[in-house]
Amino acid sequence: MFAYAVRRILQFIPTILVITLIMFMLLNVLPGNAAMMAMDSRKAKDPEMIEQLKQRWGLDKPLYVRYLLYLKDLARGDLGRSFIRGDAVGGLVGARIWPTLKLAFTAMAIAVVLGIPLGFFSALKQGSWLDTGSMIGAVSGVSVPQFWLGLLLMYFFAVQFRLLPPSGYGDGDIAHLILPSVTLGVGYTALLARTTRAAVIEVLNTDYIRTARAKGLSELLINRKHVLRNTLILVMTTAGLQFGFLIGQTVIVEKLFSWPGLGSLLVDSIFMRDIPVTQGCVLVIISVFLLVNLAVDLMYAFVDPRIEYS
Amino acid sequence: MKNLIRKIKGRTNLMVGGIIAAIVVVMAVFAPFLAPYHPVNDADLMFSEEPPGETFWMGTDQQGRDILSRVIYGARISLAVGLICQVLNTSIGVILGLTAGFFGKWWDDLVMGLTNIMLSIPPLIFALAIMAILGPGLVNVFLALGLTNWSFSCRITRSQVLFTRGLDYVKAAKALGYGRIRIMFTQILPNIVGPILVVATLGVADAILLEAALSFLGLGTQPPTPSWGGMLSSAREQLFTAPWISIFPGLAIFITVLGLNLFGDGLRDILDPHTTRLGKA
Repeated sequence: MFAYAVRRILQFIPTILVITLIMFMLLNVLPGNAAMMAMDSRKAKDPEMIEQLKQRWGLDKPLYVRYLLYLKDLARGDLGRSFIRGDAVGGLVGARIWPTLKLAFTAMAIAVVLGIPLGFFSALKQGSWLDTGSMIGAVSGVSVPQFWLGLLLMYFFAVQFRLLPPSGYGDGDIAHLILPSVTLGVGYTALLARTTRAAVIEVLNTDYIRTARAKGLSELLINRKHVLRNTLILVMTTAGLQFGFLIGQTVIVEKLFSWPGLGSLLVDSIFMRDIPVTQGCVLVIISVFLLVNLAVDLMYAFVDPRIEYS
Repeated sequence: MKNLIRKIKGRTNLMVGGIIAAIVVVMAVFAPFLAPYHPVNDADLMFSEEPPGETFWMGTDQQGRDILSRVIYGARISLAVGLICQVLNTSIGVILGLTAGFFGKWWDDLVMGLTNIMLSIPPLIFALAIMAILGPGLVNVFLALGLTNWSFSCRITRSQVLFTRGLDYVKAAKALGYGRIRIMFTQILPNIVGPILVVATLGVADAILLEAALSFLGLGTQPPTPSWGGMLSSAREQLFTAPWISIFPGLAIFITVLGLNLFGDGLRDILDPHTTRLGKA
């Protein structure tokens, strides 16, 4: 178990390295690359000034040197400096992490509490009105565009009934959190319900359930002890993988609700052509996603005794 | 053939999804005949923010343009994005998956490594990073989304190839002296089209949602081109005074994506009863 955990954590490092490489190349090699954007953002026209700016940001060095320098800084926790404001990207990004995490985890909690039981009972009562209803709901949930759902919720709960604030972070209170997290959570709830239902149906068709029935165990006991446990293992892994879906969507929800998180910083930095900030946001978002997957994998190994660690 | 028709008729999701998809295609193709007004030029500030009524069934936007006409024309953008991006994604995914599964060895390791890394980047974030460099615009959306979502096609193709590779008819083709390329494209590919098609259908839905999201953020299709996501991007400011500006374009995205998802699910039930949507984010 310990060896497995160490190996899984070590796998994390090359993955994140390749991702930094891909992102660095994307942002620095493609036409209209970071260097040119930096000039744009300062409205620099004078060739001498451009040279100066290039030197200041280290853009005059060859690409591989810049990548290695970037990695060196990264290893020390330095994400570079904003082209526009000159602030350290680390600080800018750091201030935004908590609001995003708060939003994502609240949405995930909503999804786990609603989606898993919904999928579970739908599968047990296949073809019932509960099953049909919740599966229609689930396919709608994965199809609905988040920003539209958010607009509708905003219209009903903030404009019409004036129950909740339409947007903003407030002072971090729950009232401001409800609409964004529900908007974000709906799609994930639907995904979890579908995944859980499929997993339960798979488990119900296994031999050990048939054996348990043949032994004369009560349905309640079978469902609780055999089905639920085995299903949760299946659901956990996909839930982790699908967390990326959720993290990706925070961008839209944050922008819609003027939520001061990583996603809105990312979009703003793209509009301001502030590549170091864009790069920092993307890296942090992906890292969060990878860390969650790592945690899920370790938990999975811990929960499922069948996994071989060697 | 009769069997197939019966199978299709038994699938409500396939039927409903297919009808919705057909309506969207008709809207896109015959937009100039269906739309009562021109989506861009018929702007009249005298009729700004008219609520839905007899003249304007879905109301008008802040510039007095008929929302119904813009929704009808918007089908063109969404459909084009969905199809073009998914053709790109499927081509990349199928070629990588086919060769990885068939040749194996270091190439397989490389492709699968890359696929797993792509799967660990949220699609919207990757698309945003590409848009950050290429700048806003429809053509760049094609590129960004066409390069983003190929990993699912790649994975399903590879796993199908691994399964098919050992079957007798492939061995027979080898014994007959067929070349490797010929075996890949004439023997293996036609037999694994089903699952690839399922992933592609669901991918079209994903691409439409992503384009709408990018346009909503202001990075996708640029005004005045009518795109469903773009129509919603400025709608928030009018939410208090003219909520219909928000309602109809969003409803169009929702119904289209729902239709494609239902169609994809139904297709899978028929073509590929063993796989579930597990792992498909």
